[in-house]
Amino acid sequence: MLVHELELDLEAFEGPFDLLLTLVLKEEVSLGDVDVAGVVLAFVEDLAERDELDLEACGEFLVLVSSLLELKARALVAGEQVELDELDPEEAAEELARRLAEYRRFKEASHWLAERLAQEGDRYFRLGPAPLAPKLEPRLAAQEPGALAAALRALAVEPPPVSLAHMALRFPPVSVFLERFRSLLGRRRRFDFDQEVEGLTNAEQAVAFLALLELRKASEVTLSQAAPFAPIRVARAEQETPAARERRASSTLRSA
Amino acid sequence: MEALLVVASQPLSVDEIAVATNDEAERVETALGLLGERYREGRSGIVLEQVAGGYAFRAAREAAEACSQLFGRPVERGLSPAALETLAIVAYLGPCTRPEIARIRGVAADSAVAGLVERGLLTEAGREPDAGGAVRYRTTPLFERVFGLGNLSELPRLEELGADTEDIRVRLHAVAERRTA
Repeated sequence: MLVHELELDLEAFEGPFDLLLTLVLKEEVSLGDVDVAGVVLAFVEDLAERDELDLEACGEFLVLVSSLLELKARALVAGEQVELDELDPEEAAEELARRLAEYRRFKEASHWLAERLAQEGDRYFRLGPAPLAPKLEPRLAAQEPGALAAALRALAVEPPPVSLAHMALRFPPVSVFLERFRSLLGRRRRFDFDQEVEGLTNAEQAVAFLALLELRKASEVTLSQAAPFAPIRVARAEQETPAARERRASSTLRSA
Repeated sequence: MEALLVVASQPLSVDEIAVATNDEAERVETALGLLGERYREGRSGIVLEQVAGGYAFRAAREAAEACSQLFGRPVERGLSPAALETLAIVAYLGPCTRPEIARIRGVAADSAVAGLVERGLLTEAGREPDAGGAVRYRTTPLFERVFGLGNLSELPRLEELGADTEDIRVRLHAVAERRTA
């Protein structure tokens, strides 16, 4: 019996098996409606009615049913394009025939191997694990034992303690910059903050800026900036309070 | 050289014999030819054969019955049609993966491949290059020896093997034409 002669009587389809496959490929029968289990049952029942098991037919059937299942599985996956979906009936028939031809060729090859095995049945030869191959000893250059001892000795020495001093942040007191800025303003009316802190560390510049804010809070200075990130102009306040004047004067005296 | 061939449990190539005997490959080949004349069917109980890319001794065919009394053939015994189909696919297409074998045969190939690997007829041969690539399999020298092949090129051409699918092709096309009309 050849697979394509298998007559099917399913809910969604009645007719020969190969027609079913072509109709599925052409989408005239919905793949979702094809009861593959029913197809397999029909095949098995047909086989049972025959006297002997046709292995060739079973093989072909398996290839075709598996192709059908593959198409069905792909159709269930969202967005997956069934490769035979875009083929017209002629191309689909050709693809199906190609798959079957490929299987049949390998089936013939397996028959050839079986015949060959039978022919070689009277050939006996020794089988066993390969004898141990001699291990190649790696050749090392001559070494100095003293060098090894020195290397090991170096390992035994305590490593020097690692200084963590660089991790400590040192902040100068704000008062240092307060004095400095007051002294400056004692000698001139205004100065540029950026010029005064140039060359200082980030921490020192931050503290200097804090001092500037303190002076502003105390209304001792006015601050101006032409544009964002432009130099900060610091000027002596026009309306200086008596306390502020006294402080500035004492700072000037100390720095003199 | 006879000693090497007797001790070896697998075919030895000309190069391997040349290295072991510290001789030139040409002289080894000449010597093998002479050995082949001496150890051949009808003349000796052991025969020198060229198989699996090398040379090996085996029992003469006329001693097969005596051998069968004492020795089994564990490798070939129980090679099912499924195993032979799988072997054929790997022999022609190898290295190939289990999904590729399954695509051709229409059924999963795991069991057949595992059995053939255990018998020493198939072996792993790397993986597919893509990420998480499937394992690839190829036939072993033992496969060539068991089937009496000097090398895989002695297999018949696949195109020449009966692909009598004209009938199904004609029938499928006929159906397709009716649907198109």
